[in-house]
Amino acid sequence: MMSNTSHKENFIKGLVKENPVFVLLLGLCPTLGVTSSAFNGLGMGVATVFVLVMSNLVVSLIKNFIPDKVRIPAFIVIIASFVTMVQLLMEAYTPALHEQLGLFIPLIVVNCIVLGRAEAFASRNTVVSSLVDGLGMGVGFTLALTLLGAIRELLGSLSIFGFRLMEGDGMLVFILAPGAFISLGFLIALMNWLKDRSAGIKR
Amino acid sequence: MTMDYLVIIVSAIFINNIVLAKFLGICPFLGVSKNTSTALGMGAAVIFVMTIATIITYLVQHYLLVPFHIGYMQTITYILVIAFLVQVVEIIMKKVSPDLYQALGVYLPLITTNCAILGVAILVVQQDLNLIKSVVFAIANALGFTLAIILFSSLREQLDGADLPEYMKGVPAALITASILSMAFMGFAGLV
Amino acid sequence: MAKTKSSFVNLIVTLAVITFVGSLSLGFVFDWTKEPIAKAQMARQLKAIEAVVEGYDNNPVTEKYKVVTLDGKDSLEFFPATRNGKRIGTAVKTKSGLGYSGDIWLMVGFDKAGNIIRIQVLEHKETPGLGSKMTLPSFLNQYYGKNPGKVNLKVKKDGGAVDAITGATISSRAFSESVQMAYETFQSVKHDE
Repeated sequence: MMSNTSHKENFIKGLVKENPVFVLLLGLCPTLGVTSSAFNGLGMGVATVFVLVMSNLVVSLIKNFIPDKVRIPAFIVIIASFVTMVQLLMEAYTPALHEQLGLFIPLIVVNCIVLGRAEAFASRNTVVSSLVDGLGMGVGFTLALTLLGAIRELLGSLSIFGFRLMEGDGMLVFILAPGAFISLGFLIALMNWLKDRSAGIKR
Repeated sequence: MTMDYLVIIVSAIFINNIVLAKFLGICPFLGVSKNTSTALGMGAAVIFVMTIATIITYLVQHYLLVPFHIGYMQTITYILVIAFLVQVVEIIMKKVSPDLYQALGVYLPLITTNCAILGVAILVVQQDLNLIKSVVFAIANALGFTLAIILFSSLREQLDGADLPEYMKGVPAALITASILSMAFMGFAGLV
Repeated sequence: MAKTKSSFVNLIVTLAVITFVGSLSLGFVFDWTKEPIAKAQMARQLKAIEAVVEGYDNNPVTEKYKVVTLDGKDSLEFFPATRNGKRIGTAVKTKSGLGYSGDIWLMVGFDKAGNIIRIQVLEHKETPGLGSKMTLPSFLNQYYGKNPGKVNLKVKKDGGAVDAITGATISSRAFSESVQMAYETFQSVKHDE
């Protein structure tokens, strides 16, 4: 069994060092597609956390019963079940968000993060550490989406989480498709720059 | 009637390009676009699988899910159909045309997790298209994907020689290039 | 515990069990969320109707009916608004496929005489900052209180009375067109109860 400190490390690695979006570059479709506002990014992140944690939990619980050859299809069925549950629950209880995120909710199924963690982590680790891993990765993903959403919303419509900060029109392009690509590009460059700099200081 | 199809085709390839405007299939778009020949291979594999997948999921939707009122099983059945289809295509291709397999084989496993395939299959249902329109829509979107990835890969080949700061190299530069490409495609809006 | 062997029977059984459990739990969640989903959809439609007609005391959604458009190609949903059993207005859900990108869905409220009370944009995919301005009062106000049978509600470029949104003539035109379609369909049937 892992000790508490390593659970903490396990959780934290998903936030920065192995952030699924900025470092591992996984799940970029929803990252770009739904982040026209901070709230949408947060909503998508939370939905993904649920799927990630639940599928990690189930996969780590039943990993010994699944023969290797049908591992991937079995994981996909498990993930798809949870995704559909999220979809139904969101349609029922957060209809406005459900409409905003639209197609990207069922597409959580093919989000490489979810299958990637099930395959690379949950199928080889204990239940508790798989849970922690799912939570860490999910929170890291949510942070990245919310940050990107906030930046695009700020530049594009001069507001954050729907609160208007200034009068006037923002830079429209940031809400449109090109703005998604360029914001993420500069964010990743910034992360790289920070990483290089902290490595430089250590040296 | 012909006009309808033309609108579907032009809007799927240029105006609402699946990668540059709808953000589907970003992973392969960034992952296998380092040179033009691999991009071409990926594009061809996507055209192939997307068309067949859309036909099959269309049939599944209208002859299985709707009559039995199990629409909520959509995501699960679609992804299984796609995963299964990719396997079958791989096996058949290996037997029937080893040459084609040689060219496209490596891209096939990557396609299961290409959200463009599942995305198009679901979009077709959401927009309530008939079978022929669905097929046209699928092919047009696959062509749009291919066009985007080929253009992008040739830009990236040029980018390799560019003198960039270390932290901009690779993905950040690629994303900014994609942004400019996406801006260029916005110029097509209003074409139909 | 030993890992299950990859024998053929095991493969099939494992997949079947997982799929079965998966669909079973999905069926359960589906049943559970069925009512809230229906409620949420009802609430959304009611909210849109409330925004375009007021003072009714019935539930327009449960009394809705469909009317075929003049060209016979489509049919629009009509939501009757009544007070003490008397018809006071109608909300018409209408769409235009001529938008800049994708369909534009509107809810248009008419009084008994066919005057537009208010309009609510339900869904659109127009360019943010240009076509999307159709949701602003400054554009919508041009339609309120007017009767499309008496005032030409086309955009000025087409000889009408409506100032198009700057830089988004196509969106404005599509908007006017779908309002017109709602009106013509509204006039094509008698609404007395």
